[in-house]
Amino acid sequence: MAILTPAETRRRVDASLRRRYRTERLFRLYGLVSVLLGIGFLLVLFTTIVANGYGAFQHTYLRLEIRFDPAVIDPDGTRDPEVILGADYSQLVKEALRSLVPEADDRASRRELNALLSTGAPYELQQMVLANPGLVGQTRELWLPADDEVDLYVKGDVPADADGQRLSGRQLAWIGQLAEAGRLDRRFNAAFFTQGDSREPEMAGIWGATKGSFFMLLVTLVLSFPLGVAAAIYLEEFAPRSWLVDVIEVNINNLAAVPSIVFGLLGLAVFINFFGLPRSAPLVGGLVLTLMTLPVVIIASRAAIKSVPPSVREAALGVGASQMQIVFHHVLPLAMPGMLTGAIIGMARALGESAPLLMIGMVAFIVEVPGGPLSPATALPVQIYLWADSPERAFVERTSAAIMVLLAFLLVMNAAAVWLRNRFERRW
Amino acid sequence: MRLTTLVLILAAMTLAAYFVGRHRALAIGGTGTAARRLHSLPRYYGYFTSLWCLLPGLLVLAAWAAFSDTVITGRVVQSLPEALRNQPEAQLSLALNDIRNLAAGQMVDESRQAEISVAADLYNELRAISQRVLSGLMIAAGFVGFAVAWTRLRPQFRARNHVETAIRLALVAASLVAILTTLGILLSVTFEAVRFFGQVPFTEFLFGLTWSPQTAIRADQVGSSGAFGAVPLFAGTLLISGIALVVAVPIGLMIAIFLSEYARPALRRVVKPVLEVLAGIPTVVYGYFAALTVAPMIRDLGDRLGLDVASESALGAGLVMGVMIIPFVSSLSDDVINAVPRAMREGSYGLGATKSETIKRVILPAALPGIVGGILLAASRAIGETMIVVMAAGLSANLTANPLESVTTVTVQIVTLLVGDQEFDSPKTLAAFALGLVLFVVTLVLNIIALQVVRRYREQYD
Repeated sequence: MAILTPAETRRRVDASLRRRYRTERLFRLYGLVSVLLGIGFLLVLFTTIVANGYGAFQHTYLRLEIRFDPAVIDPDGTRDPEVILGADYSQLVKEALRSLVPEADDRASRRELNALLSTGAPYELQQMVLANPGLVGQTRELWLPADDEVDLYVKGDVPADADGQRLSGRQLAWIGQLAEAGRLDRRFNAAFFTQGDSREPEMAGIWGATKGSFFMLLVTLVLSFPLGVAAAIYLEEFAPRSWLVDVIEVNINNLAAVPSIVFGLLGLAVFINFFGLPRSAPLVGGLVLTLMTLPVVIIASRAAIKSVPPSVREAALGVGASQMQIVFHHVLPLAMPGMLTGAIIGMARALGESAPLLMIGMVAFIVEVPGGPLSPATALPVQIYLWADSPERAFVERTSAAIMVLLAFLLVMNAAAVWLRNRFERRW
Repeated sequence: MRLTTLVLILAAMTLAAYFVGRHRALAIGGTGTAARRLHSLPRYYGYFTSLWCLLPGLLVLAAWAAFSDTVITGRVVQSLPEALRNQPEAQLSLALNDIRNLAAGQMVDESRQAEISVAADLYNELRAISQRVLSGLMIAAGFVGFAVAWTRLRPQFRARNHVETAIRLALVAASLVAILTTLGILLSVTFEAVRFFGQVPFTEFLFGLTWSPQTAIRADQVGSSGAFGAVPLFAGTLLISGIALVVAVPIGLMIAIFLSEYARPALRRVVKPVLEVLAGIPTVVYGYFAALTVAPMIRDLGDRLGLDVASESALGAGLVMGVMIIPFVSSLSDDVINAVPRAMREGSYGLGATKSETIKRVILPAALPGIVGGILLAASRAIGETMIVVMAAGLSANLTANPLESVTTVTVQIVTLLVGDQEFDSPKTLAAFALGLVLFVVTLVLNIIALQVVRRYREQYD
């Protein structure tokens, strides 16, 4: 091997250094690009959903002069709820529309005219009269929801000359006319927050699903928190080193990684087929989600208990407390914030979960808002799934809006967990 | 008496028992300095009596819930006319269902109403009786338990020890729930799967190449023979999960490397939680995103390039699933990279290696077992993922490796087989449980291997 001159060594090192530094910069760039990609995905996801969904918080309404004609609603004047319930309210709506647009005088054009208004509008009138029978005989100016196609057109989602336009030229002219007269306007879409599911996009809301989710999470919280904390206490404070305890620990770690759909199969086979609990009930959903979140709560609670320093236990032992007293009087209160944080994170995960709920019949089309944990219900994520499958275009924006609501709930829950941790966590 | 009122009464009794027990303890222990003669604090005597009041009551309630319906149904069946009683099992349970519905005041087929209305009345009557018996027994059990506890109260009585034993048992029971859940999953899924394999041979399920789970309603129907060969499903699952891992592993790993080796702490503090948001987004949202945005985008792109892309292509579902598991890969890799001892890094720097050389030649080889464990966990996540594929992948079971075609997965088939009203004993619904069993076993094995690998790796450096 020839001995290199210092100049030659220098030249070779410089050349290799340039190459090595270039690789270094490239490698660093890959890392940066990956981080940017990750954040980019997140941004694209959020902007798509917000751009698709913000429109659903408003809906197009028509201002109509409705005369609550006694001859239509209650011809005999009995004010019997049965009669009021059975009356033909669509007639009132049609009359009001006709008086606004007198030029629609043949059957075909009238049908087109009536199609401007939601088929749910008569139902709203019915509810109003049921709540206040004194309305019969009066005339009221009311904002009633327009049909979803009209709404999409007014929001500009479908240009007037587009292929997908489902409104006729006449209908478009009427819409322009009504808007000119100030009788057609976009207003806050209250139905979206107060109604249950519906086949009509303009009458569909998330209240039913939200309540279903609420009952489910209630069941989950009531069951999984005490059970999880109790299991964590046993495993951390009392369990002797034995094979049974090892089995339990391995078990908990594995359960945390079992696919959620398998828990759905368990719920179907055990809770519904074996114990005969009702399908579609939030109670069953809550039970399944309890089993799913239990490992999360246990793992978080164990970590919280572990973080309480042994000196606390020894001090309590020193003044004569029993093992139980140490745990319940000293360790548990100190570990509580960590346990609650874990519980909230578990709840947030349970709120977003939908696969196991499909198994236990919570995908049914349910119009009524559930009244309790035993009445049929769906949950927010399942509602999103159902709407995502609906053919009507107007459901696209409602799906995105429902996702926004769901994400807002999750954000609040996670923020609460973070706040709790920062506020109460103690460094020893 | 309604069940809720009954439970409320029991709760009230329990509360009362606590106060009575505590009062009694104070009375027998004496007041003032004499109170020291008690073994435990007075409230433990209260806890003791209230437990003895509550538990017998709950036991009675549990026994009633478990057996009353069977007993009542048995009596009702006994009372049925010969002709009805000697029907085959399935018809009998239908008739019983009708009786229950009629008893609950619902409408039943007119023609049957006459013959079962007597039975329905009997059913209601028996139920009323059993409710009354339950109320009586529960309250009596509460009182008897309380009385027994009361007679045992002495100053030397070790009330605290008894109460603590009871609490300890409750804690043990709570930690057994985890085992019961696993057992429940295993037993229920295996039980139904075994029934399935009674109708479809095990080998056909595992190695068959066609999947079309229709079963005949009539014997002469077209396509009446269902095919339950699950290979196309396994292939589809692997294809989509594979795409997901191809997306997630490089990106996730590079994110972990960048954040732990290059990024300044301030940047790391901001970026890490932002990326973890990706893990917190519900999968149904990803599914919606995949079906609404990504899949059409890929199809349009394919059209422009002259490729024939299915609108529910494996690529779309796989890409979005990859995005979903990026945070898993990155946070798991982050942990293992941080666990590599500083000394190894510094040794490498000392020899003149650049940062990227240190990472590639020292840190990654050292962290490899942990990273592999993390990738296995991510893979098990991808295989079990349901909503994304239900919404964005196809239903038809194609056996193909082309990511532009539509494939179906195990989870998609479980959902489609079980959603909707199905007879529970048809091979079609049972097939879902067989698929569930495969899914459970595969993910379990992956998890166990991954946890073992990660644990062994940790021990190496601790």
